[in-house]
Amino acid sequence: MRKILLMLTLVVLPAVGWTAGGGGDRLDPEVDPHDKASLQRGAKLFANYCMACHEAELIRYNRIANDLGLDEDLVEQYLMFKPDTQIHDPMTNAMTEADAEQWFGVPVPDLSLTARRHGPGYIYTFLNRFYVDEESPTGYNNTVIEGTAMPHVLETLQGRQKPVYEEGHEDEAPVDFEVEEGTGSMSQAEYRAATRDITNFLDYVAEPVKAQRQNLGVWVLLFFAVFTVLAYFLKKEFWKDVH
Amino acid sequence: MSETRTSGGLVGWIDDRFPMTKMWREHVSEYYAPKNFNFWYYFGSLALLTLVIQVVTGIFLTMNYVPSDARAFQSVEYIMRDVQWGWLIRYIHTTGASAFFIVVYLHMFRALLYGSHQKPRELLWLFGCLIFLALMAEAFMGYMLPWGQMSYWGAQVIISLFGTIPYIGPDLAQWIRGDFVVSEITLNRFFALHVVAVPLVIIFLVVAHILALHEVGSNNPDGVDIKKNKDENGVPKDGIPFHPYYTVKDLVGVGVYFILFSVIVFYLPEFFGMFIEAPNFEKANPQVTPDHIAPVWYFAAFYAMLRGVPDAFGGVVVMGTAVLILFVLPWLDRGKVRSIRYRGLSYKVALTLFALSFVLLTYLGTQPPTTVYTMLARLGTVVYFGFFVFLFIYTAFGLEKTKPVPERVTS
Repeated sequence: MRKILLMLTLVVLPAVGWTAGGGGDRLDPEVDPHDKASLQRGAKLFANYCMACHEAELIRYNRIANDLGLDEDLVEQYLMFKPDTQIHDPMTNAMTEADAEQWFGVPVPDLSLTARRHGPGYIYTFLNRFYVDEESPTGYNNTVIEGTAMPHVLETLQGRQKPVYEEGHEDEAPVDFEVEEGTGSMSQAEYRAATRDITNFLDYVAEPVKAQRQNLGVWVLLFFAVFTVLAYFLKKEFWKDVH
Repeated sequence: MSETRTSGGLVGWIDDRFPMTKMWREHVSEYYAPKNFNFWYYFGSLALLTLVIQVVTGIFLTMNYVPSDARAFQSVEYIMRDVQWGWLIRYIHTTGASAFFIVVYLHMFRALLYGSHQKPRELLWLFGCLIFLALMAEAFMGYMLPWGQMSYWGAQVIISLFGTIPYIGPDLAQWIRGDFVVSEITLNRFFALHVVAVPLVIIFLVVAHILALHEVGSNNPDGVDIKKNKDENGVPKDGIPFHPYYTVKDLVGVGVYFILFSVIVFYLPEFFGMFIEAPNFEKANPQVTPDHIAPVWYFAAFYAMLRGVPDAFGGVVVMGTAVLILFVLPWLDRGKVRSIRYRGLSYKVALTLFALSFVLLTYLGTQPPTTVYTMLARLGTVVYFGFFVFLFIYTAFGLEKTKPVPERVTS
């Protein structure tokens, strides 16, 4: 038995080690698909602040209502803004690709799978690392995507975040950030919580079944544990006469 | 005919017309397997189980998947979101693909441990190698179907390898793709091959593999031929009927296997980006190459060998040889003794190094190449091939000092 455990460890351990790296100075949003309150707040923030430009075309409104425990009426009232949208429609907006091209110079990415493509830390850090840059056309730059075309749409919430440079290294990457007092409607902690909610929601959108599969997994594992124990005793019984 | 008739009724009626009871006895209830199978002997039945899992989940995926440039990627997400239990079926299929290779690699390593490739099991080993080859083709084509960035660019890189073959290369690569670059045409033919052609070949080869096994009989951790010691009824003294003894024993293995399998399906479906790679959550885009194109882990060892060789065609030759050399293993290994328990110390050392080099190469193949990593990959490649060269010299010239093999199996 010990040998078997050792072998299993040898098989699994390297696998865990070799892809755990990467991410650099990403902030960890600690996403939790079971935190429905956070997901509801995130959905509202996403619909109000992000969806003017971004879409999440792989998720339907009634799926959100169902998974997040919301009444369909509430979803229609607080999340659906595009005219003639039905509850079973996906989260799309009215902006055309041509508009985006004209206004931002680039197409606006659909955010359905961003959390799985780049990881939730990527979104969370991006939302927290806008900093004032007078040379940028939008007035803001970002450490995650250098020279991003996206304006800091959450500025009214966060306030004006300025970069702090190491002395004598002003042309290098900022080492810290400081928010100008009184320029945002949220405290720094509140802003972090709000961006975590958005990130959590986008992580849910990327894999809506996550909470369900984790809940179901416990029962499946329990079943196979019992199955294995029974199989073990069955084997012992049959093998009694093998010498 | 009537002598095989064991009972009346339906079974008797069938037995008069079809060898049902006869086959059941030959291959299950009166197939005598050595009684000393250990941990390493679970992986044969687990490989068969995994094949069944892949075929069954694959059938259901096919019902909702659309092999077209416009809809392939979205149809996979549609399965994940809108198809009842689609997410579960797909995760079982993606996990099953990797599990298949884990099981098969351990199954093959078992053969090296106990000399199961040696006489008289050469053909059994050859069928196994052909299954491995078909499995690689199956996995490669299947990986393309989700039509994500890694699906697309992985296929682009691997197919372009055929283009490095002198004279016929470029035409051959184009013939495989059916187009100048990987496109919907390639996707369609890979879909056909993945769901019909290659599975048929694999199932046929698995039947041949099992028939060959039952013809010569199973090897065991002692490498002792149990057929040499039979009782008065002609039953090997160290043999026990496969059913019920090994069916119930394998059931325990199946239980443990399903526990590990479920942990991945329900809690780690991407398995840290190794079973489902992150760039594959982005639709295939022929205009944008991902920063780092890495094959799935189960091809990584061979990919590392390919990258280690400075010349492109040379790399392809080395990579191909690494797989094909397995086919001639029974004729390279001239050892008088099968099991590692009674082989010379040098064999133990060589086999350990061989296994370590494979793990090292697998790791390197998933990482971006650096100078140090490339040197390590070359070292790993030399050790990998060195094993086969060593084995031939060691055994063909009688350099191996073996221990005495017992008459009967040990417990």
